[in-house]
Amino acid sequence: MKKLKYALFTGCTAKQSTPEQYMSTFAVADKLGIELIELTEASCCGASHLQDYDDFLSLVLNARNIAYAEKHGLTMVTICNTCQLNSAMTKHRLDKDAKLKEKVNVKLREVGLEYKGTSNVIHFLYAIIDDIGLDKIKEMVITPLSQFNIAPFYGCHNIRPSELQNESHKKAENPYNPTSLDDLIIACGGNNVDYVQKNKCCGFHVELQAPKTAAVLAGNAIAGAMDANADWMVTPCPLCHLKLDTQTHHASEAIGREVALPVLHMQQMLGLALGCSSEQLGLKHHLEKVNFV
Amino acid sequence: MSTHKITTQKVNFKVFRFNADEDYLPYYEDYNMEVTSEEVVLDILNRIKWDLDGSFSYRRSCRHGICGACAIKVNGRSTLACKERMNDMIELFGHELTIEPLSIKRAVKDLIIDKGDFWAKHDAIHPYLISDVQEHPEHEHLVSPEEADELLESDLCIQCGACHYACPVVEINEDFFGPAAFAKAYRFEADVRDDAHTQRLHKLHEEKQGLWDCVKCFECAEACPKDVNPIDKITKLHQMLFREGVATSNVATRHAVGFKNSIAKNGVLDEGGLVLYSEGLGIVKHVPVALRMFAKGKIVPPWGITKSENLDEIQKLVKSSSTSKF
Repeated sequence: MKKLKYALFTGCTAKQSTPEQYMSTFAVADKLGIELIELTEASCCGASHLQDYDDFLSLVLNARNIAYAEKHGLTMVTICNTCQLNSAMTKHRLDKDAKLKEKVNVKLREVGLEYKGTSNVIHFLYAIIDDIGLDKIKEMVITPLSQFNIAPFYGCHNIRPSELQNESHKKAENPYNPTSLDDLIIACGGNNVDYVQKNKCCGFHVELQAPKTAAVLAGNAIAGAMDANADWMVTPCPLCHLKLDTQTHHASEAIGREVALPVLHMQQMLGLALGCSSEQLGLKHHLEKVNFV
Repeated sequence: MSTHKITTQKVNFKVFRFNADEDYLPYYEDYNMEVTSEEVVLDILNRIKWDLDGSFSYRRSCRHGICGACAIKVNGRSTLACKERMNDMIELFGHELTIEPLSIKRAVKDLIIDKGDFWAKHDAIHPYLISDVQEHPEHEHLVSPEEADELLESDLCIQCGACHYACPVVEINEDFFGPAAFAKAYRFEADVRDDAHTQRLHKLHEEKQGLWDCVKCFECAEACPKDVNPIDKITKLHQMLFREGVATSNVATRHAVGFKNSIAKNGVLDEGGLVLYSEGLGIVKHVPVALRMFAKGKIVPPWGITKSENLDEIQKLVKSSSTSKF
């Protein structure tokens, strides 16, 4: 089989507040036989906030990032739900509107680049499900996570808006009944936990401007997972991770109940099952201690 | 002539029942029913009422997806009962379906809710054209097709409340206007005939109930049965606040602008720098968590940030492509 190769858009978080996510992505890619070409030229995607201020600038910058993936002739893989949203939304808008695409390209040509629309933009979770397959992943598992009840937390921007879902990967996920992360937990040998908040918002994006709203949402999510008897949570989004892992104090205060669970990145969970060491997965970088490994 | 075969499936419905005048707590009634491939959710509600329990209550009127009366939730999903096909619901959720009102805490009788908060917020944004209309104009007030296009899908709203009660912020912050009211506000903000432009924008910019509390979860976009895409309209209103000079410096506006500043400087985001720029002196409340994060190697100081390669390209583009000022 030809070796899988992707252009990796790490996003900013993986290089700063979630170093463990960066490490575990490469550790897991190595185990799965995936080559990752890091897009070191990429800028920040604007994190779903820049377009509130300047929509056109946001389009140009995201198109530039994708243009670099196109230059490599590779699919662009993201490891952050919000990076995925901004990149995929840019692609969606430019691919269906030739006039807008040209307007963006006028700017990109000034720096010798062009957005063509030739590279797919897909989150790592869906890339491995599509290109490797859950059956194959299951076969590669060395340490099944069978003793754990694991609560999947999908993160909004991987499942909504659903129009982007239909474009980027093979089996479109339904935002009201997502299954990919549950399927991955099962493939890793773990017990997937069902709870109401698994496809709900973590509150991250209003942490500064509406701290109470953000804290209640995070609190409800962790409480939901705890009440469903989860040992830990897993998420494909580093922003959800940050909200759920680092803000437990505010979350507990907001909902009037002590809540806390270890929150693993999806790459870390997969890495544990594939036999990566806790050093490779950066498990020491969590605020809620990962003390079961 | 080809014939369309009608198929049937057995479905168990768990239906929310509650009478605010009599019941202390709500309960769920089970109905096992044969569902045909021709039916929509409203047909099921009708059959429960007509064949099984005449006291079962819900709102319905037009049966054509235009009055907005019959919005309910099926397995937590906002649904316009007269538009949603049963087969699609079964395909999505299986053969156990839970039927609930749009908002359980607002239930009055079974699926009927008190929508008072929805209407109050709808009214608060002045959902009508405010204009000095001449009684005897010399000619019509012409609106070009391009100008009419600016309304986008916002005119399609049927005020069913599906997005409003799918919004997680509405559940937490009672002052928050919510996606339906914002989409409606956009409908008039984008209307060239409207004169209340900045006045309405100021109201939308207010803290507590204002635009900036949107969590960007896209629940509203999914919930809307008419594809109004409220979050898209919220984004457009954000942009208007800046364009019309209504945006004042606060933590939310600085947070949006901060991304541009950071990108212009580093290409990538300076996470700590963004929080500092957004919060100003308010940064102190983040110090305890920041210290814990620092101890775990989760904070990179400004001088430790790996800037984007080809940063000059990014800086050039930020200069040439910026369309907004603050």
